[in-house]
Amino acid sequence: MKKTTLFSLKSPYREQLDIIGYHFGYGKKALAIVGALRGNEVQQMYVCSRMVQTLKQLEASGNISEDHEILVVPCANYYSMNIGKRFWAMDNTDINRMFPGYELGETTQRIADGLFKKLQNYEYGIQLASFYQPGSFLPHVRMMDTGFTDTELMKQFGFQFAIVRKPRPYDTTTLNYNWQIWETKAFSVYTNATDTIDEDSAEEAVHAILRFMLSEGMIDLRVRPGYMTELLRESQVKQIHSEYGGVLVSCVKVGEHVEAGTVLGRILHPFDGELLGEIRTQVSGTVYFVYHSPLINEKTVCYKIIK
Amino acid sequence: MIETVASAALAVNENLIIRKRRIRHGDSPMRLSFVTGTHGDELEGQFLAYLLGSFLDAHIEQLDGTVDIYPALNPMGIDSITRGIPMFDLDMNRIFPGTKKGTMMEVVCSSIIDDLLGSDVCIDVHSSNIFLQEIPQIRISVPTAEMLVPYAKMMNVDLIWVHESATVLESTLAHTLNMHGTKTLVVEMGVGMRITKEYCYQLFEGILNLMKQLEMWHGEVSLVREPIVSINRQVGFVNSDAAGIFVPCVPFGSTVKKSDHIGDVLDPLSSKVVETVQAVCDGLLFTLREYPVVYGGSLLARILMPEEESA
Repeated sequence: MKKTTLFSLKSPYREQLDIIGYHFGYGKKALAIVGALRGNEVQQMYVCSRMVQTLKQLEASGNISEDHEILVVPCANYYSMNIGKRFWAMDNTDINRMFPGYELGETTQRIADGLFKKLQNYEYGIQLASFYQPGSFLPHVRMMDTGFTDTELMKQFGFQFAIVRKPRPYDTTTLNYNWQIWETKAFSVYTNATDTIDEDSAEEAVHAILRFMLSEGMIDLRVRPGYMTELLRESQVKQIHSEYGGVLVSCVKVGEHVEAGTVLGRILHPFDGELLGEIRTQVSGTVYFVYHSPLINEKTVCYKIIK
Repeated sequence: MIETVASAALAVNENLIIRKRRIRHGDSPMRLSFVTGTHGDELEGQFLAYLLGSFLDAHIEQLDGTVDIYPALNPMGIDSITRGIPMFDLDMNRIFPGTKKGTMMEVVCSSIIDDLLGSDVCIDVHSSNIFLQEIPQIRISVPTAEMLVPYAKMMNVDLIWVHESATVLESTLAHTLNMHGTKTLVVEMGVGMRITKEYCYQLFEGILNLMKQLEMWHGEVSLVREPIVSINRQVGFVNSDAAGIFVPCVPFGSTVKKSDHIGDVLDPLSSKVVETVQAVCDGLLFTLREYPVVYGGSLLARILMPEEESA
């Protein structure tokens, strides 16, 4: 293992920010794995730290294939993590909205530029991604459909589901989108936590990444078998919105199969506890997202069901 | 008349309500919309909304048409000094046009667009952010320049900045409205979290002049200034390379020469000047950093080059 500083930034009042990369194997740039770009992506950093541990062992036992270099970047924004902020602490900008970056630009553009230069030319890229809403996901993998996408590759992770997402205008400045534009086959891996550590889903993500690496000939390892992945378009996912604001009491968990008409949750009046409404699914399928903040506004996506 | 444009229930005993005030007089079908408060830390538009509304109240007989004033598209943001939408960590000006079947803010944005469509002209007032001060200017993307520059020239601003369009800006209010045929002018002026009365009065005169040209206003108007239009000119960006405290040494809005000393980045601990900041080109200093703490990359100034130098 070789530990390098990929990018540094001086601060007026704090120790220098160093984005650290862990390199395993040698030769052609096979895979880059990126964890936290935001200050609350603790689970994403944790999954990377688990990958570092695993790859260290694989390297020591000679199980990383020849001519394959793997890079793991656990955290690009620990400045925000250390002070409890999600975005860049000074100006609240999002590093993951600054790619491909600009070396003469603003601070987060420079960070994105410095990092992206070191992430280019890898054949594959995996970002441990998070969602902006508080909630749990069924661990899965996504790809953005940029026209350069071989979505079948997602099956090699062995998650239960893989989703193809159509990019929106604001996606064009994300790491994942730019990786693809620069010809890296890029995936987003979602676990079911962000600002807390969920050991089980971290484990699932690590095994999924290892399955992918094995199938691409990067490592030699007995890996726990995965699912026969079901490949979905976003349109095959039913979003269910709350019709009231109040206290949400959920009745289902991520991964459960539900039939049409099942009560997924109840919204109660926050003061007197009266039932304001039930949230029912109109479709049968697997629950793949559950909103988990106790307070909920009207018209909030609170459940997603894979039909 | 005060109307509700969009409403959604928040979790605990409160609704998010977007409101507008409609001021109407005469028979003309012309309609001008004034929107502001998309970013909760931008307050210049709040005073301007008051100026416009109170002046029209006092001189309603001179109005022929409809003026709609939307002072706070992001009321929770203004209330909590939050640039984006509190609780969502989202920039509201990246959600438009929204959707009827989306999340709360997507539905709200969709309702706002529905309400604004049909206006003859919409003025979308921003005030930079807390970091930079801006001279009164209107920003227009290249594809809409031919349609919008004639209207922008009526607005009594100092600068019309015609910039390249970026994909990410396709989710702004102005882009959405312009693509649907509602001519929308984006104003940037002053600095975040402050009210610069001088700029507000300047733009107020411009709005009256625009209304006069649209034949919605029968009262007197002042002579408006001729703005610099950035077409065929380049903009020089001055970014900090060092981290520290930026202290400018030239007046905001002045004309500078290339290599002029425009400020310093200082280190309060070592008592050293860590960077001497120089102008990167000749021109008008139309943006200047207001918030002193800087990192490498922090934008310190923007300079509009003269035509001959840009060519």
